[in-house]
Amino acid sequence: MAIASRLLVGAVGLALVATGCGSTPTNPRAEGGTSADCAAYSAYGKHDGKKVSVYSPIRDAEADLFQQNWKQFEKCTGMKITYEGTGEFEAQIQVRSDGGNPPDLAFFPQPGLLARFAKAGKLKPAPAEVKTLAEQGWSKDWLDYGTVDGTFYAAPLGASVKSFVWYSPSTFQEKGWQVPKTWDELMTLTETIAASGVKPWCAGIESGEATGWPATDWIEDVILRELGPEEYDRWVAHELKFNDPKVVAAVDKVGAILKNDKYVNGGYGPVKSIASTAFQEGGVPITTGKCAMHRQASFYANFWPEGTKVAQDGDVFAFYLPGKDASSKPVLGAGEFVAAFADRPEVKAFQRFLATADHANARMKLGTYVSANKGVDLANAQNPIDKLSMEMLRDPATVFRFDGSDLMPAAVGSGTFWKGMTDWINGKDTKTVLDFIDASWPTS
Amino acid sequence: MTSVRASLSSRTASLVAVLIALLWTTPTFGLLLSSFRPEDQIKTTGWWTFFSAPALTLENYQEVLFGTSSSSGQLASFLINSVVITVPSVLFPLAFAAFAAYALAWLPFRGRDWIYIGIFALQVVPLQMALVPLLSFFSEGVEVFGLQVLPAWNLEGTGRFVQVWCAHTCFALPLGIFLLHNFMAELPGELMEAARVDGATHGMIFRRIVLPLVAPALATFAIFQFLWVWNDLLVGLIFAGGTAESSPMTVRLAQMAGTRGNEWQRLTAGAFVSVIIPLVVFLSMQRYFVRGLLTGSVKG
Amino acid sequence: MDFDLAAESPKLTQLLIGVVAFLAVVGLVLLLLDRAPMRQKARLHAAILLAPAVVLLAIGLVVPAVRTTLLSFMSGDGSGFVGLDNYVWMFTQLEAVTVLRNTLIWLVLMPVLVTAIGLVYAVIVDRSRFESLAKTLVFLPMAISFVGAGIIWKFVYAYRPEGADQIGLLNQIVVWFGGEPRQWLLDPPLNTLFLIVVMVWIQAGFATVVLSAAIKGIPSDIVEAARLDGAGPAQMFFRVTLPSIRPAVIVVLVTQSIGTLKLFDIVRTMTGGQFDTSVIANEMYNQAFRYGETGKGAALAVFLFVLVTPIVAYQIRTRRALR
Repeated sequence: MAIASRLLVGAVGLALVATGCGSTPTNPRAEGGTSADCAAYSAYGKHDGKKVSVYSPIRDAEADLFQQNWKQFEKCTGMKITYEGTGEFEAQIQVRSDGGNPPDLAFFPQPGLLARFAKAGKLKPAPAEVKTLAEQGWSKDWLDYGTVDGTFYAAPLGASVKSFVWYSPSTFQEKGWQVPKTWDELMTLTETIAASGVKPWCAGIESGEATGWPATDWIEDVILRELGPEEYDRWVAHELKFNDPKVVAAVDKVGAILKNDKYVNGGYGPVKSIASTAFQEGGVPITTGKCAMHRQASFYANFWPEGTKVAQDGDVFAFYLPGKDASSKPVLGAGEFVAAFADRPEVKAFQRFLATADHANARMKLGTYVSANKGVDLANAQNPIDKLSMEMLRDPATVFRFDGSDLMPAAVGSGTFWKGMTDWINGKDTKTVLDFIDASWPTS
Repeated sequence: MTSVRASLSSRTASLVAVLIALLWTTPTFGLLLSSFRPEDQIKTTGWWTFFSAPALTLENYQEVLFGTSSSSGQLASFLINSVVITVPSVLFPLAFAAFAAYALAWLPFRGRDWIYIGIFALQVVPLQMALVPLLSFFSEGVEVFGLQVLPAWNLEGTGRFVQVWCAHTCFALPLGIFLLHNFMAELPGELMEAARVDGATHGMIFRRIVLPLVAPALATFAIFQFLWVWNDLLVGLIFAGGTAESSPMTVRLAQMAGTRGNEWQRLTAGAFVSVIIPLVVFLSMQRYFVRGLLTGSVKG
Repeated sequence: MDFDLAAESPKLTQLLIGVVAFLAVVGLVLLLLDRAPMRQKARLHAAILLAPAVVLLAIGLVVPAVRTTLLSFMSGDGSGFVGLDNYVWMFTQLEAVTVLRNTLIWLVLMPVLVTAIGLVYAVIVDRSRFESLAKTLVFLPMAISFVGAGIIWKFVYAYRPEGADQIGLLNQIVVWFGGEPRQWLLDPPLNTLFLIVVMVWIQAGFATVVLSAAIKGIPSDIVEAARLDGAGPAQMFFRVTLPSIRPAVIVVLVTQSIGTLKLFDIVRTMTGGQFDTSVIANEMYNQAFRYGETGKGAALAVFLFVLVTPIVAYQIRTRRALR
């Protein structure tokens, strides 16, 4: 029996290996462009026939623009970039890495996740050239998010600004409403609008398995304003507890808007409808006048119904979510970071290309895109919100903080925090929810 | 009297049948209709309003099937991938499960009950927990105490199909063996005995007697396995990679939801494109089904 | 990129290689089987037949099962031994009770509903003129992927406030009858029932097809005899049909129960486990992959093994009874 079965194992193995060998080599590379076109890429060297795989949470149209943007680079260096976008990035990157099959490069949207992989020794430190480029291009805040235990791993890629309130400039003008400069003005405006018979705010936090994240952005924005950046950092690091009275007070400040049936949910119904409204549709009632304001990131520019003009004098625009007073202007934002699982020369070359301002500039020309790189030309911005975002990001006076839930351990940042805020909208009280989130913070 | 009651109850029965059929079809019909409606209408009004204000478009299908941008469409290429993945992923488990089921049902050897129970119990191993070990088996080979027993497979491009076939075969075997065994155990023992007296080998008995008799059960298992593989997302996502080179249509459909996932008009059309083939297969195989799991389920 | 048939040919070659490999393996097994003389002990023949399945099962399922069990005693990143901590966590976390309760609701309702609906439907349409059409309609959802089904039912359950145009069918019906639109997926524990409806909708086709086949297998002389004895439809069903297809009913119940325990797609696509709808398999996936808490995920998986033990025990008993 032993012999027979071993024979069989061999046979099965052989058959399968044979099929594996049957794969044909990929197409020979396209002929390189003219030398003039490629002058800008000469620094990256020649990597004929080499492949670099990229894994990223960016899919569909946005992914197309990236790939389009890399065509010339591929042509001139001779390498082929295989791009794969997925909606399951957080889970799948873990599976692939554990399974010994990681991509060469990954675009991490969460510094917290990046740190987890760096600490597990899976990532390669960024090459010296990438580090230099990053230091030239980005402010210290941004560099810190790509640094783990003193080692710099990942240069930033795209960015978004979250501290925006979308509104309709024409409606505001018509009704004589003013864009508020302080939190108190914002609340007064809210009351004025509510008195006029329009629900001032609309919101939507439904996002499949990520349901709840837009509510966490609200909380983060307000904590950053109420407690200040230092306390915000302590809160993110869990030095300040989730159920600390100061945090409770900040959350209640958001609750004064989001959990007040008088103020929400314009166009959708009572408070609870926030939990079941898709976040992509959250602000749409502004276009029909059923709602006046919607707090959402710069990328919400992509979600307006077709034909909506996004501009200062258009159908919709956004103002900065005001702080306590007009002088302090903290900005909450997010972005992706390019980390490498391999350090082959072609991977390093591509990583370097991604860190340049040239890459960001070219990408901006193709479509809506925001980069925090100081070297980009604002004239390339495709819409006024992108431009405004970049102005805010590069303003030296701006205090920038990364989306807190992306920095926390995933069990909280993309788990109980989302879940807790959803329950909170759905009726649970602030203290219960914050106690629950605090208790779920991983102990190890 | 009896006939009155019978006709009455048959009328109630028909009513119930129609009701169930209606309940089961309406949601799908709604989606089908939605897939032909313009994007802004899908998002703002219910599909039933179509009947009062009809507006149809083929745009969604156009975009899904023939879109030229690398992210919309191209389904044709992924459709081929799905076929390439599905055919061997149905054949291998079918054959291996049939072999194993025959051995467990008709060969008297020690411990066969325990092997059967063990295989049955393996049904509960969650697929998700098996992904990482299986993936590392392919990409890193097998190492025992620092000694490389099996090399890494290093499959690339279309070679990745082999990984997917292997994975699907592994995951399908417990259920397949369970179903086919129940069926085979039911066959009359005298048939086998007579054949054995005539000097037939197990190979002959298996081919000439067992296979023809269990054909309906094989067809049933085949179609369920086919549906499972065709609609699978997780295994395709992990083992096939996400490019047009080797990943199945479901992976593509998931990607088409967009980075922040609101392109529903494409998903509705995409969902129907992916349903067509399973439906054709089911309709054409239906007559094999008629006897289906029939005998196999006579004993539990 | 335009569709290019030439670019697809390597795939078809690969498919051909796969099919040839399949034929080669099957041929080899049968050849070995024919070569092994019948005088030999059954063990040799059994080994030849079982080898492919056992090897693949060992690689694909046994090793992972063992690994998962070991991991469940390790810390989140798999580095240190933590004893029973993960199990303690599992039963003491705030939501454990909710998750267990939901899993239990699923486990009780799902298999029973699927079997009952499949059975009733199979009996009613049996031998009717529209049988094949009727079965196809109910089978249809099985052909739709979980993602597709998720979209379909999100549309059915969609909510718009009172007075606005409803886009969800269920709320539209409620409104037509003068009711107030509701947010079906928000209120526990009822929302779990609305998720179960989706799963029942998908799986009823399986039950119908299997049970319908079994009904057709009832020997006609038994049916005839019962009819001559003057049995009514109800008597017919409970005295003749049900006892005759009992094993098929059990097959459906068993496969559905196991499927229910492993279920996570529907919960994940419909609610993401929010609003107190999470089940064990969903929690397991989150912990192991999304949160990087491998140990906790593994502990949940092991708990799933344990939950299925009664079904395995039942299977052992029926097999013993057969001998």
